[in-house]
Amino acid sequence: MTEPMRATSSGGAASPTAVPAGGPAADERKGSPGGVPAVPFADRSVWRLLRRSTVFLVSGGATVVLLVMAVWPGLFAGWFGHGDPRSCDLDHSAQGPAAGHPFGFDTQGCDLYANVVHGAGTSMGVGLLATGCSLALALLLGCLSGMAGRVVDSVIARLTDVFLGFPFLLGAIVVLSSVTTRDIPTVAGVLALFGWPPMTRVVRASVRSAREADHVLMARSMGAGTGWVVRRHVLPHILTPVLVLASITVGSVVVAEAGLTFLGVGMQAPAISWGLQLATAQNSFEAHPHLLLFPGLFLSVTVFALIAFGDSVRDALNPRTR
Amino acid sequence: MTSLLLRRLLEAVLVFFGVTLVIYVMVYTLPGDPVSALAGDRPLTPSVVAALREQHHLDEPVLAQYGHYLAGLFHGDLGADFSGVPVAEQMADRWPVTVRLALTAWGVEAVVGIALGVLAALRRGTWTDRAVLAFTTAAVSVPVFVLGYTAQVLLGVRLGWFPVAGDSAGWPSAYVLPALVVAVFGLASVSRLVRAEVIDNLSADYVRTAAAKGLSRRRTLLVHVLRNSLLPAVTYLAVDLGLLLGGTVIVEGVFNLPGVGQLLFQAVQAHTGPTVVGVATALILVFLAVSVLVDLLNSLLDPRIRRD
Amino acid sequence: MADGESGSTREVGHDPQPHGGVRVPVLEVEDLSVELLRPGGTPHLAVERVSFTLYESETLALIGESGSGKSLTAMAVLGLLPGNVRASGSARYRGTDLLTLSEAGLRALRGKHLATVFQDSLSALNPTLTVGFQIAEVLRVHRGLSRRAARSAAVDLLDRVRIPDPARRYGDHPHQFSGGMRQRAMIAMAVALGPDVLIADEPTTALDVTVQAQIMELLAELREEHRSALLLITHDLGLAAGTADRVALMYAGRIVEQAPAVPLYERPAHPYTRGLLNAVPSLDAPVGGLVPVPGAPPAPGAFPGGCVFHPRCPSARDRCATQRPELEAGADGRTTACHYPLDPLDPPGPQRPSVPKNPHGPQEAPRA
Repeated sequence: MTEPMRATSSGGAASPTAVPAGGPAADERKGSPGGVPAVPFADRSVWRLLRRSTVFLVSGGATVVLLVMAVWPGLFAGWFGHGDPRSCDLDHSAQGPAAGHPFGFDTQGCDLYANVVHGAGTSMGVGLLATGCSLALALLLGCLSGMAGRVVDSVIARLTDVFLGFPFLLGAIVVLSSVTTRDIPTVAGVLALFGWPPMTRVVRASVRSAREADHVLMARSMGAGTGWVVRRHVLPHILTPVLVLASITVGSVVVAEAGLTFLGVGMQAPAISWGLQLATAQNSFEAHPHLLLFPGLFLSVTVFALIAFGDSVRDALNPRTR
Repeated sequence: MTSLLLRRLLEAVLVFFGVTLVIYVMVYTLPGDPVSALAGDRPLTPSVVAALREQHHLDEPVLAQYGHYLAGLFHGDLGADFSGVPVAEQMADRWPVTVRLALTAWGVEAVVGIALGVLAALRRGTWTDRAVLAFTTAAVSVPVFVLGYTAQVLLGVRLGWFPVAGDSAGWPSAYVLPALVVAVFGLASVSRLVRAEVIDNLSADYVRTAAAKGLSRRRTLLVHVLRNSLLPAVTYLAVDLGLLLGGTVIVEGVFNLPGVGQLLFQAVQAHTGPTVVGVATALILVFLAVSVLVDLLNSLLDPRIRRD
Repeated sequence: MADGESGSTREVGHDPQPHGGVRVPVLEVEDLSVELLRPGGTPHLAVERVSFTLYESETLALIGESGSGKSLTAMAVLGLLPGNVRASGSARYRGTDLLTLSEAGLRALRGKHLATVFQDSLSALNPTLTVGFQIAEVLRVHRGLSRRAARSAAVDLLDRVRIPDPARRYGDHPHQFSGGMRQRAMIAMAVALGPDVLIADEPTTALDVTVQAQIMELLAELREEHRSALLLITHDLGLAAGTADRVALMYAGRIVEQAPAVPLYERPAHPYTRGLLNAVPSLDAPVGGLVPVPGAPPAPGAFPGGCVFHPRCPSARDRCATQRPELEAGADGRTTACHYPLDPLDPPGPQRPSVPKNPHGPQEAPRA
């Protein structure tokens, strides 16, 4: 009568069925549901929960604003009358906030506010491009690994191990220091090169658990082909954990890009990037803290929004924390 | 048991070859002349170019090149900079600084991270819990160089609580601030891990058994819950030790600590390609070695993994 | 301690006392109610005014389906309810009310005088500590034994519950034990200090049938040895038949019938009891003879008004839907909460064979 519930242990996705809304089981111990959530996005209760979550609303709103800022910086840059990030006057070098220049000037005497606004494009561009590439690679390799036989699986597993053997930053430093031209696609490509392994593992685990779920076994037993199973059962099932991970990955890619650019192996001079703004000013922070404050603040808020966004979605989907 | 250890070691060897091959391919065989790429904007005399080509066996087939490179690595040869000083030699007396910084940061991370995590779990849902959560999310969001400079300007220059830069003040005072900055990221992860695990374990059946045995809450927490909750955090911490050794690059640069990381920092800024590749390779190999050790220790310690 | 009369007048005329002499109550539960608190909602009543008395060295089985409140009742007695659950009423252990006792007071009793055997011993044992340590821990905490003394006592206990090679198995972790061995270890832990009251919450549910029988045998043997009283919580009528002196049947948070085992099984008075007995397979019944109880038990919060069983009751009449029956004393020392009890002296229904033989192995059928 009392069937002890067993959660799938692999740390991948949990049971394929949506978790029932409530109905406290009075007499029975609750089995501990484990792993990453697998409640489909369409689940109404999740949306209701998200709509009430302040963290989700604030971080989601901030993410949207940052995306708009990245695509159309002009919408924001001109607010104080000096929207061109490249109109500079060395006389104003590193001066603090003034009328029409709320953030002051950088060391070249350019309006810092306009520069900071334009920096969003680089950060989000690298972040989304790198995450997109990692995601595509992860979906491909993870599905292959999860659906194909043992040989393919173990080859991909070893490959994943090799790339996990690199600390993110150090691997990128090595590769980028031997690349001569470094623009958004190059930097994003290199970050994607070291960013796909953790996502691949999540995809593989989710695929495995989806594949072994009862309803999928049933579909197979009724003659469904692999392609059908992947499209109709596996992909929808792994969508949520992967999207949550992706949103958090965008955040860490943004940090990595800024760090690499700051070191001098990321974006290069004519580009406008928060990392570059911080790097060029690194010797003036003591005298002119606004050069550290504003780009640093934008950078941190961006990362914060992306991570908090991913976190709040994950929490809403996780039956254990809601 | 032994077969498990052997398998792990074999995997580690595979990863080692894989990692070195990837580095080699990325640095020396990508389209374009590796020598000029490594040199950056620096004008090189033909004799230096010839010496570099000779040194890296660039005129031989790729596999032979990789063979020479590997053979060099086994002899501790990580290449040399443009003036011919071996990278390994440049690193030699810098290791103690880096190790000291990494270990200090590691200690901070473990103690503060675990304490915050347990505190948040026990006060679940209260303002203490929310404050810890907000702090850890914020801490993860601020890039380490921004945090480093902010701490330096605020706590070092403005308030004068800590030495601003350099290691002349010695351990611990010169290391506290950099270590805190290095530790913040991992500390946040540790505290989140511990919080989630403690909350999970507090509602586990074995905790009810402990209560039914008449154990005090204190004993239940210390002997039963913590033991189970700390396992993932310990694993994380162990892996993080390797990362910390490599993660000191930016912080040593910001705080001007003469460690291996600073060497890499300066080499990157000075576009000394061979030094960058050499030091980064060394740090990656250290990371690999630590991960392998941790993995082996882990399989020895965790009874659940130990079963074959 | 000899306040025999508080054992409630309903108990008068119970079955012949196996040990002779005055029966001393060790655990008296009276009007125990348990509510599940819900954030922002009215609490759900999961257990409603349950009363029973457990006497020294007897076995009382508390039987019910999932959601009937049997485990909650036991956990309430032990003070082990989760935070969102509240208990009221009283549960006196030798005169001390456990529901109002301080946490420290409870702690001193738990494990020593009131010991528990839980259901799923894989999750009920700490996975990262050795089985031996977890047994020795009881002795160290309550008796203040040294590590070494506790260890040798724990090895003796493992031997006592027939774990082979106990000195070596002492250092094993729970996952290295089989299900039956884990349950034995759990029992060793419970009887370590010779408790007055042993509460076994579905002690054999997760086990194979043959192992179940061995475990029940061991439990009975050790209960006898320590002269402990056993409160057996189970959904398995057959299991209870082989072990219990008295049986209390719970349905939807209430005790609907309570009686000495033999009369209860032979002549059930409550329609629910009869329904359950008809649904139990028995060796001498024809295969087609099983009759399930129609419908499903209600969930807490959805308990029906009137008699809780009326929606599923074949003999329900109008009154049953409106008026809640109280427990009333009947023949053979039984109490029944039913407006229209079956006549216990009537022969059971045509499809109903007599006493169910315990299908679980070597035990004898309930003593006649």
